[in-house]
Amino acid sequence: MAEPAIKLGGKRKSIFIDKVKEILPEGGNLNLCLTCGACSSGCPATGLEGMDPRKFLRMAALGMDEEIMSTPWVWMCTLCQRCIYVCPMKIDIPQLVHNVRASWPREKRPKGIIGSCDMALRNDSCSAMGATPEDFTFVVEDVLEEYKEAQPEFADMEAPVDKQGAEFFLNQNSREPVTEPDEMVPLWKILHLAGANWTYGSKGWGGENYCMFLADDDAWKHIIKTSVNHAEDLGCKIYLNTE
Amino acid sequence: MAEDLRYIVKSIVGEENFIDMTPNRSNNYCCGGGGGFLQSGFNEQRLEFGRLKDEQIKATGADYCIAGCHNCHDQIHKLSEHYGGNYPVVHLWTMICLSLGILGPNEREYLGDDLKEVNVFHPETAI
Repeated sequence: MAEPAIKLGGKRKSIFIDKVKEILPEGGNLNLCLTCGACSSGCPATGLEGMDPRKFLRMAALGMDEEIMSTPWVWMCTLCQRCIYVCPMKIDIPQLVHNVRASWPREKRPKGIIGSCDMALRNDSCSAMGATPEDFTFVVEDVLEEYKEAQPEFADMEAPVDKQGAEFFLNQNSREPVTEPDEMVPLWKILHLAGANWTYGSKGWGGENYCMFLADDDAWKHIIKTSVNHAEDLGCKIYLNTE
Repeated sequence: MAEDLRYIVKSIVGEENFIDMTPNRSNNYCCGGGGGFLQSGFNEQRLEFGRLKDEQIKATGADYCIAGCHNCHDQIHKLSEHYGGNYPVVHLWTMICLSLGILGPNEREYLGDDLKEVNVFHPETAI
């Protein structure tokens, strides 16, 4: 049985897609869809929750706000942007998805993402696992000492935190310092052998940013600012994002 | 960036041992680890999303998959177990240090059994 045809109202109402268009450069090209389906054919999220990128955009364009605002599919699109890459009109569907995420009441968004964002807001580390700047610095120094002794060829290796004037500011996914600290060492060795002048920061070292994924834009901005301001305070020239 | 990474990987494993996925570069598919999906609680859908990536990896016939970032590593590692491919998934830094002969015994968590004992740096420090 085919689904009944969708009846459109005669009078145009203010719809969600129009609000998103207002805030995106070039309106995100959201009204340029040719309905070709290139986005959906290459999207791994196609079919989940009966949704796909083209359908999502068409529903938004038709003013089906209630449906697009309530589908959990927006949390299954990874915002990878392949749909933009293959789109002949370069339509920014991921930004539409992001804005729909942001329209969900915060407490209704996926609990795991809320939790990871809230952890990152607990202290200046901005780590989704909640580790403090002191914990991070302790682990880095402890592991470094251990390896300098165990592998004397690397006795001169450094893993500085807050080194003023370092060229590179490196961030770090929290999982390594918190759960598998040995995995930090190979990267330190590579930087050492390359002669790179680098540093971690005690503030904003957490490489992951679940507040961005949560579409909590203020918190996302807070995390980015904490990290970038610290890199600038240290006089670093290049921000190396390991994520 | 895509070409720089290929240069590095080929330098490590040898030109003849690097196998690109199809499709690749900007036409490649997201593995499903990003965008918050890992923490979203939608685990069944996340694995379904990643089926395409798992099939791509298996189709290469390669012994190892190198992941560029932590989220990808986590997700592809789970895909490898879930869909039974059981191919090891490694970080790039692991392979660089292995090729340079400076990978210690405690830095090999994600290497497969075939490489666990190969060219170990300071094997006496194993924990």
